[in-house]
Amino acid sequence: MALLEVNDLSISFEQSAGWLRQRYIPVLHQLQLTVDAGEVVAVLGASGAGKSLLAHAILGILPSHARITGEMTYRGERLTPQRQAALRGMDIALVPQSVAYLDPLMPVGEQVRHAVKQGNKRERQRESFRLYRLGEEVERRYPFQLSGGMARRVLVAAATASGARLIIADEPTPGLDPDVMREALGRFRELADVGCGVLLISHDIASALTVADRIAVMYAGTVVEIARAADFAGDGTALRHPYTRALWQALPQNGFVPLPGEPPQLGERPHACAFASRCSAATDACLHEQPPVRELRRGLVRCVHAS
Amino acid sequence: MAVIRQLVPWALAQCVKLLLLLAAVSVASFGLMELSPIDPVQAYIGADMMRVSAEQREAIAAYWGLDQPPIEQFGRWLTSLLQGDMGTSMIYRTPVTEVLAEKFTASMWLMGTAWLLSGLLGFGAGVLAAMKEGSWLDRVIQWVCYTLASTPSFWLAIMLLLAFSVWLGWLPVGLGTPAGVLREEVSIADRLHHMILPVLTLSVVGISAIALHTREKLIEVLHSDYVLYARAQGERGLLLVWRHGLRNIALPAVSLQFASFSELFGGAVLAEQVFAYPGLGQATVEAGLRGDVPLLLGIVLFSTVFVFCGNMTADMLYRILDPRTREVKA
Amino acid sequence: MIRKAHTFLSFRSTSWSARRLQAWLSVASVALLLLLFAIGALWAAGQPIVTALTLRNLPPSAAYWFGTDWLGRDMLIRTLQGLQLSLQVGLAAGIMSAAIATLLGVLAASGKWADRVVSWLIDLFLSMPHLVLLILISFILGGGVQGVLFGVALTHWPSLARVIRAETLQLRQAEFIQVSRRMGNNWLWIGWHHMLPHLLPQLLVGTLLIIPHAILHEAGVTFLGMGLSAQQPAIGIILAESMRYLSTGMWWLALFPGLSLLIIVRCFDRLGHTLQRWTDPHRARN
Repeated sequence: MALLEVNDLSISFEQSAGWLRQRYIPVLHQLQLTVDAGEVVAVLGASGAGKSLLAHAILGILPSHARITGEMTYRGERLTPQRQAALRGMDIALVPQSVAYLDPLMPVGEQVRHAVKQGNKRERQRESFRLYRLGEEVERRYPFQLSGGMARRVLVAAATASGARLIIADEPTPGLDPDVMREALGRFRELADVGCGVLLISHDIASALTVADRIAVMYAGTVVEIARAADFAGDGTALRHPYTRALWQALPQNGFVPLPGEPPQLGERPHACAFASRCSAATDACLHEQPPVRELRRGLVRCVHAS
Repeated sequence: MAVIRQLVPWALAQCVKLLLLLAAVSVASFGLMELSPIDPVQAYIGADMMRVSAEQREAIAAYWGLDQPPIEQFGRWLTSLLQGDMGTSMIYRTPVTEVLAEKFTASMWLMGTAWLLSGLLGFGAGVLAAMKEGSWLDRVIQWVCYTLASTPSFWLAIMLLLAFSVWLGWLPVGLGTPAGVLREEVSIADRLHHMILPVLTLSVVGISAIALHTREKLIEVLHSDYVLYARAQGERGLLLVWRHGLRNIALPAVSLQFASFSELFGGAVLAEQVFAYPGLGQATVEAGLRGDVPLLLGIVLFSTVFVFCGNMTADMLYRILDPRTREVKA
Repeated sequence: MIRKAHTFLSFRSTSWSARRLQAWLSVASVALLLLLFAIGALWAAGQPIVTALTLRNLPPSAAYWFGTDWLGRDMLIRTLQGLQLSLQVGLAAGIMSAAIATLLGVLAASGKWADRVVSWLIDLFLSMPHLVLLILISFILGGGVQGVLFGVALTHWPSLARVIRAETLQLRQAEFIQVSRRMGNNWLWIGWHHMLPHLLPQLLVGTLLIIPHAILHEAGVTFLGMGLSAQQPAIGIILAESMRYLSTGMWWLALFPGLSLLIIVRCFDRLGHTLQRWTDPHRARN
């Protein structure tokens, strides 16, 4: 049984158009994803693909005008809003992007102690601070007094101290220098190795591949492929979706082949494969309907041509 | 200790600023009063003008030093001011410093209570509106605040007077103390009784700004990344607002309240006039209407210091309490 | 990325077109109220105020909506005339204040020293309570209409001057201004052709937002007895007079004139804030 299972998750935002009419802007579309205990699953995608919304949907902290359909389960139990409220911070923890997610007027030690939900708060906070080489003097510091790397470690420390089994890390690496980044990602690997499930949201394939077991690639609000890390090798023939392959080939070490065109705007949902306009292999079939999700070579893909 | 070391140069700079300000205010007001068409002698004598001979006029002018050239008058006024003597009030016939001390004591109770009340009420209303953003409660609070901001405070005072004193007869119509009772015999209860309506007026007038400001700030905080993170950690409801909301809006709100001394004083002038409350506000009106130049100058300087103290306290609170300004990056 | 999610919050309130419609409705209703008032004022201006001793102290009725006073004068006519006067003084003073603000704001943006002098002037004017300054200035000017007019005009410019200064400074740095400068146009020409069109909306909104304060302060000073003379039917005077009849229960003398003033002031305030949101949605929050 998977730790987290997301099935056909769709999210749209309510917008009033005119006086009484309302319309819904779709942002996530029939998304599939699983995270097992002990594994790091990276969710990759360009900005605007809806990655953070996925994180917020799992935690149940989307704004109130979001409309959610589909099913999410945690350890086989359906994630209802009540269940989410009970699990938030207890079983499921968020590692946010930056120091801006810490209360600017509260010492960081206190903030980490608030994250501790079971056991002696001070002890657990100290313990996790020691684990991440944060001295006791750091406890009394305010967020603005932390360096980038230190802030990162505090945020991971909060997730560790909370005792959560599922860690959702939202873009935890931008702006970090390579050494600090490697260290930060290493933390997530360690957490997975002790039995947690880690959902790592990122837009950087190269760094995500260093720690992830599986990669879910998002494009225009849906997951187009779920591949094993090992599939990202050579010229990318093991990959299933043309978009994933294009991403792989756009990396400097793989030829630096740019992908022409722009992703569709959020909210646009053509009745066709969203990638068709940029896909070199697109045929008439791609324009008629959304390709369904299929299992392929121990992964998932959303493309009619994939084989 | 570091805080104190940092505060000293700042405090010195503030003192210099205040002195420059007072110098400018006194030169400007004194200079302009000389240009004014108001004749202080006439203002002094008032309605008895016809019965006063030219000699008497001159004698009065000489007594007040009004026959000297303006520069000399200013020089004399300034020298005595530096010795703590602000001259003698023409209408109260006592030294200006004494008038100021007595009237301000009366006004201080009024302003202080109203300041505290409007701060608490306004803050509470703002927090409530922000927590229920977009609800009917939020809309009502906003509507009331905007309407209060457009309400002439003296009219509000009159309405309260009508409602509580004339119709209900619960409270006295005016005067800081009951008429015909000696000052020493006025009990604290009497005093309080006469303060209720002026305090109420002044409090209601002050609510609007602080409530709207608090609402705005708290909404900003509740939409911030750190509150989102706190929610992701399972915090919610009142505890969340208490832990992260109040912590981040309290200081701006208190500072704003300190920086509102100018409006507070202005409100007191109007409220005291309606309720005939014998405070500094009423003295200001009297001095202006009857041309009591020494008293008016005294009040101008005093109110400048008063407003300055409010602004300085607001600034100082940030310096002492906000960790981000308290120390540089460790 | 999470920021992206936050932008969806703005979807919630209402879409752009609905907001625009709301703004239009708000402006239209305010304009309608002001128009009604203008018609009333025109009508009242033609009505002589008659003292009729047989009609003294009448409470509001169908014939006398606002009642009559101790001389039998129709309070509706007095109120409308008083509002008109208060409004004229408030408008004139507000516009004068805006002119001062523009002059000093642009001056402050022109150089470092000018900036220092202007910001010091602003500090000076904000250093004492508004009302005390107003009393001082109208006292110095010898009271009367001109005392109030200049008093209000001279005390309401600082905040708008700051806005104009910041806006001008920003404009000076703007690309198109710099290009125009390199093309050899002098500042006067640039100011007229490029800056003024950008400053105009700010100026209009700023003036509209000054006016309610100007009207309230005019009424306040007049109420204190330092403004318009007792023969003029200003709202402040009417309310000051009504104080003498409160204890006899003549509530209508105070209620209606004050309420009318409140509504007019609220209208201007609403108009100003709506236009502010319209011209500059980002600054509207501050």
